[in-house]
Amino acid sequence: MSLSEEARPQQAKTPIRKRLDALLALRFSIDDLFETSTTILAASIILIITVTSVLLIRGSIPVLEGFKTGFFTGTNWISVAGSESYGVLPYVLGTLVTSAIAVAVGVPLSLGIAIFLAEMAPWSVRNALSRVIELLAAVPSIIYGFWGLFVFRFWIRDYLEAPITSYAGAFPVFQGTPFGLDILTAGLILAIMIIPTVSSISKDVMMAVPSSQREAAYSIGATRWEVVRTGVLGYARSGIFGAIILGLGRAVGETMAVTMVIGNASGSAALPTSLFKQGATMASVIANEFGEAESGSLHLSALIGIGLTLFLFALVINVFAQVMVWRVLKVRGGSVE
Amino acid sequence: MLPLASILFEVVGKGLPAISLSFLTRPTGNVTDPSSGIGNAIEGTLILIGVTCLIAVPIGLFAGIYLAEFGDNKFGRTIRFLNDVLAEFPSIVIGILAFSVVVIAIGHFSAIAGAVALSIIMLPIVTRTTEESIKLVPSSIRDASMALGIRRWRTSLSVVLVTAKDGVITGIMLSIARISGETAPLLLTVLGSGFFFSGLDQPIDALPLRIFTDYKNSNYPSALAQGWGAALVLIMLVLGLNLGVRLLTRGRSSFARARA
Repeated sequence: MSLSEEARPQQAKTPIRKRLDALLALRFSIDDLFETSTTILAASIILIITVTSVLLIRGSIPVLEGFKTGFFTGTNWISVAGSESYGVLPYVLGTLVTSAIAVAVGVPLSLGIAIFLAEMAPWSVRNALSRVIELLAAVPSIIYGFWGLFVFRFWIRDYLEAPITSYAGAFPVFQGTPFGLDILTAGLILAIMIIPTVSSISKDVMMAVPSSQREAAYSIGATRWEVVRTGVLGYARSGIFGAIILGLGRAVGETMAVTMVIGNASGSAALPTSLFKQGATMASVIANEFGEAESGSLHLSALIGIGLTLFLFALVINVFAQVMVWRVLKVRGGSVE
Repeated sequence: MLPLASILFEVVGKGLPAISLSFLTRPTGNVTDPSSGIGNAIEGTLILIGVTCLIAVPIGLFAGIYLAEFGDNKFGRTIRFLNDVLAEFPSIVIGILAFSVVVIAIGHFSAIAGAVALSIIMLPIVTRTTEESIKLVPSSIRDASMALGIRRWRTSLSVVLVTAKDGVITGIMLSIARISGETAPLLLTVLGSGFFFSGLDQPIDALPLRIFTDYKNSNYPSALAQGWGAALVLIMLVLGLNLGVRLLTRGRSSFARARA
């Protein structure tokens, strides 16, 4: 008891060093042992991220040696032994285009929902609606995929793609036969899937804005919309931006639903030149081909190389998003996060 | 709201006709066989959840205790940050990790590899919710315990953690709901199987994998019907866990939930 009490001020300075010294000198109490063991288990999170990076890099060395930077700029994807060629560019673009559609469609809807929930809805409506949104977030992606394949796809084909083709089919982005299993459908199903994430975090961020902000705006004669726009959105913008980036991160990494509706083209056929074309994303290629790749083959290494690329995208996006969300939620102080 | 309503409507409408006692208890075997069921997939999902909890819950609890009790320093902030980043990792990348570590070590696909992948998905959620719940415990409770001369580790485990147990259990249940629907990492680790459990080092089936397999065979009407039935069972499990938790804990911040 007294030992751990005395130790506290020092601990704030160099906790790890102090633990190590105590361990090496074999003078520790159960309390020290407890703290050390919790520290080690917490450090397992660092270990996991390190091991992931090392294994992904090690696994993709063969394909990176074989194709050098051509792996990132190539558009061929041939896994037939003897004429193998691997380039991830079509899949990277597929991921970027579907995620961009998801953000372009999903974010305005999410922000509308968040503004309504945080600023306008009465308490009971806010509670009920928040709960429905959380349920939407809980639906597994494989079920979104199944629903997308057998239901949503036909809505898109009949009510969106068919009219677009007959009126604007001449534009290059709308080339192709509307089939419902294409880049557009994948982007739109991702939009539905990121709405819960983006709207609930944006709502929390907006509710963290001090009410003095709103009062100040009202006191200089702002209308309700002006209060929301300048007082709330202006104040919370970096947190909302973070929420959007987190949504983007989810869209980039989403696998099953996309795999089931994007049509799964391969190689240069997967280049997203038209919204109505069948495509592929980094995640969907891994999901589709991993079972076929022989262990130790160049094909497997190429798939791990896609994993590495996806990992880097996700890492950058998420680190960025966490920093943005933290900056706003910290304002509330204490343990709000 | 429309998507949720449509998903529930379709899944219940198309899944309900498939459900019967033999459907829920028989193994899949050959899907065109009329007695084919999803008993092995339900069993596999429950086994995966169990093994995953055995791995992830103790580590997550202790990591959460560390962050809440000792984590107010640079190391703690780093861990908290990396934990949030890990929570948002694409699950298929975690699948590759488990494949590279466990599947290659054992030499073939196995249930334990799937449990490792799911543990890595579950760990950050449990860690974060444990930390949040512990931080909500009033310091007077901790002070009272310390004043009685109870040691710090006993205070943490038997007083603070027990006081925070509602939040901790919520986090664990929500993370179970999350992992029971994960498919991508299982594709890379447990492979799927048409038969009942035959050992942790052998391939195993799971509800989301069964749905995916049925999707690939969906030109057989029986596989399609089975897929909808399995989707109904899975969605009932996941939404049931979520609704149950929310009924038990009203009015908590939705931030941790949005992450789960």
